[in-house]
Amino acid sequence: MERRELLKMIALATGGVMIGGELLLTGCKTNKPAGVLFSDDDILFLDEVGETIIPATSTPGAKAAEIGKFMKVMVTDCYTEADQKAFVEGITQLDEASKKMHNVGFIKATPEQRKTLLTALDKEAKAFQKEKGEKEKDLRAKANKEHDKTFTFAPNHYFTMMKQLTLLGFFTSKTGATQTLRYTAVPGKWEACIPYKKGDKVWATS
Amino acid sequence: MAENTYDAIVIGSGISGGWAAKELTEKGLKVLMLERGRDVEHIKDYVNATKDPWEFPHRGGRTQQMIHDYPALKRDYPLNETNLNFWASDKDCPYTEIKRFDWFRGYQVGGRSLLWGRQSYRWSDLDFEANAKDGIAVDWPVRYADIAPWYAYAEKFAGISGSKENLPQLPDGEFMPAMDMTCVEKDVAERIKKHYNNKRTMIIGRTANITVPHEGRTNCQFRNKCWLGCPFGGYFSTQSATLPAAKKTGNLTLRPFSIVTKILYDKDKKKATGVEVLDAETNKTYTYNSKIVFLNASTLNSAWILMNSATDIWPDGLGSSSGQLGKNLMDHHLGVGASGSVEGYEDKYYYGRRPNGIYIPRYRNLFGDKRDYLRGFGYQGSGSRQGWGREIAELSIGAELKDALSEPGGWTMGIMGFGEILPNEKNKVTLDKNKKDKWGLNVLAIDCELQENELKMRKDMMNDAAEMLEAAGVKNIGTYNNDATPGRGIHEMGTARMGKDAKTSVLNKWNQVWDAPNVFVTDGSFMTSASCVNPSLSYMAFTARAADYAVSELKKGNL
Repeated sequence: MERRELLKMIALATGGVMIGGELLLTGCKTNKPAGVLFSDDDILFLDEVGETIIPATSTPGAKAAEIGKFMKVMVTDCYTEADQKAFVEGITQLDEASKKMHNVGFIKATPEQRKTLLTALDKEAKAFQKEKGEKEKDLRAKANKEHDKTFTFAPNHYFTMMKQLTLLGFFTSKTGATQTLRYTAVPGKWEACIPYKKGDKVWATS
Repeated sequence: MAENTYDAIVIGSGISGGWAAKELTEKGLKVLMLERGRDVEHIKDYVNATKDPWEFPHRGGRTQQMIHDYPALKRDYPLNETNLNFWASDKDCPYTEIKRFDWFRGYQVGGRSLLWGRQSYRWSDLDFEANAKDGIAVDWPVRYADIAPWYAYAEKFAGISGSKENLPQLPDGEFMPAMDMTCVEKDVAERIKKHYNNKRTMIIGRTANITVPHEGRTNCQFRNKCWLGCPFGGYFSTQSATLPAAKKTGNLTLRPFSIVTKILYDKDKKKATGVEVLDAETNKTYTYNSKIVFLNASTLNSAWILMNSATDIWPDGLGSSSGQLGKNLMDHHLGVGASGSVEGYEDKYYYGRRPNGIYIPRYRNLFGDKRDYLRGFGYQGSGSRQGWGREIAELSIGAELKDALSEPGGWTMGIMGFGEILPNEKNKVTLDKNKKDKWGLNVLAIDCELQENELKMRKDMMNDAAEMLEAAGVKNIGTYNNDATPGRGIHEMGTARMGKDAKTSVLNKWNQVWDAPNVFVTDGSFMTSASCVNPSLSYMAFTARAADYAVSELKKGNL
C-alpha cells in the first residue's frame, strides 16, 4: 500500500498534482531539448518571479533556494517540448505584461507592482488551466487508463508552470524544508496521534 | 566436491530465492545462488538511501530521457529518479505484449525484495478451498493446516508487525507490536465497525517492517524510504535478512550476472542434473551441477526457464506435460477506490513517517454475502493531513500563501481495492521465437487480460469504498476506477501451478515439478489461485516448507 502512497508523494514532489498527472504518468512526446534554453538573465528573472511568489519573510524565500536554476533544470530535463516552448516564451510575455500594466519591465518594477502583476497572472492562469482541463477531460481520462500510449496535451499556462516549480523547488529545498517547514531525516519513531496547535509547522515530507 | 558442483542450486535471489538459500544452507547443504543481475550489497549499495529531498536534481521525478528509456516502467509510479538503479532495463530485457501487460522487474541481488510493499497476510482455508468449491481451475493440494506452522516460522524470522484480530478470513500470525492508526483512522475504523455490525473491519496493515530490534537488525526508523534500501535493515529483504543468515553458514556461493538459460535434465534418471548459465557480462556459458534445484527466478521468468529446459523430451519444456506450463497467469487488480476529506481534528497531528497504512480485509462473498461475481477484494489506505502540495483556492501568491502552506492542511482519508483475479487458461505466457533480448535469448510473449468476473468486482470495489467512507463520516468523497491492466499489481502469480494430479498441474503439493522431482518451484509461479491478499508471505512459507521437505527427501535418498 505504501508504494501506492509513494505515487502521491512523487506526484507532489514533481509538481504533478499541480501541473496535471499527464506529465508524470503518460508518455509525453519524447524530445531532446534543443541547446541552451535559458540565458543567465533568464535565471535572474526567474529568481525574481519566484521570490514574488514565495518571498522572504521571517524565513528565506525562493531566491535563497536558487529557484531560477531549479526551474532551468526541471524545464530542460522534465518538460515536454510544447511546455518548454510555452515556458520560455512566458518569460517575455510576463515582462510584456508588466510593461502593459505598470509601464515598466518586471525587473525594474517595485515589489508591490510585481505582486499586483503576478496576482493578476495567477488569476488568468487559473482560468486558462480550468478551461484546458475541461477541454481535455476525456483525453485525460483516457490517458489515465492507457498508460502505454502517448497523448499530446496542449501546453500549460506559463505562469502555472512558474508557480508550481517555485512551490516544488522551494518546499523541497534545504531552506524551504528545514526553515519554513519542519524536516526530520530520521524520525526514529511513529506517534500516530499527538496534539497540534495553530502555528506548528507542517512536515516537509510524508 | 568437484568444481562447479553443489548440493543445491537456487535460481534467483529475491524474496523466495533468499529464503531457499537460507533454509538449504542452514540445513548444511552447499548452495550456489544464481542471480541474473548485479550484486547489491546491503547498506553500501543503497546509494540514495540517506539523501535529503534537495539532493535529487529533479526532486524524485522523472525526466523525458527516463520516459524514453523505460517504455514499460513509465506506465506507473515505479519510474522515478530515486531508485532507478533497482529496476530492470526495459531496453535490454524487452517482452512481447500480445495484450498489454505492465511488467515491472527488479534484476539484481535481492530482486524486488528491495522494492516490495511489505504487506504480509496469511491465507485462510477460504482461499485454499475456493477453487474446489467454485469449480474453478484445480483444487489446491494444500490446506491452511499444512502451511500454518510455516507461516509462523516465516513471520518469526522476517519480522511482521501487526495486530491480532481473530478474523476467520485473515488468520492472525506471530506479530511484532503493531504500528498505531492516526486519530482519523481510529475513528473511521470504529464507525465502519459499528455501521456494518462488525461484518467489516478496518485494521492496521500487517507489514514486514520490524517494530523492535530483531536478528541484528535495527527497528524501523519511520523514514518511509524503504524502496531506496534501508541502511537500518528496518524491513525484510534478501539483503537485510535471508542473505546474511545464509552467508553465516559458510555454505553459500552467490554468483551475480548469471542468467540461467535452462535446467539440465537427465531423461534416464528423470531428474535435473544442474543448470546452464549465460554470464551476463562476458556472454560465456557455464554448467553447474547439483542434486536439487530451487527455481525462484520470479513468476514469469521461472516459466521461461522451464519452457527452455528439456525441450528434447518435451518440446514445450520441463513441466509442460500437463499442458499447463505458462497458463493461468494472475495478478491483483487495483487502481479503484475512493477518498475524501475529514472535518475536524485540527488539533491533532503525528510524528514520523509510517511506512504502512490501514487494511480492510475481504468481506464480499463471505459469511452469507453473495454477489454476482466470485471471490472478493480488500482495501489498503490511510488517513493523514495534507501537506504543502495542497491547493488553497482563496490564496494566490506571496507571504500569505507561504504562511498558509507552512502549516498542515485538513485531514483526508482514502482507500484502494486489491481484487482477486481468477485463474484462467486463456491468460498465459509463451515464448516469442521472433524477438530477442540483449543476450540473444528469446523473450516471453504475454497474453493476459481481466475477465468478466474481475470487471464486475471492480464496480463493487469502487461503490463499496465510497459507501464505507460515507458511513464513516468522510465528506467530499470522490471515486476512481482507473487503469486495470494486469501486471500493475506487481503480484504476478501462476504459470506453473500446484495440483493433485500430474495431468492438470505442473507441481505437486511439495512444489516439486511432477516430471523432475528434484526441481522445486517456490516463487509466485506455483500459485493455483490468487486470493486478494498480498502474496509474498505465502512465498516465504511455501519455500521454507519445500526446503525442509527437499532436505529430508535428500537424506532419505529419494532425490
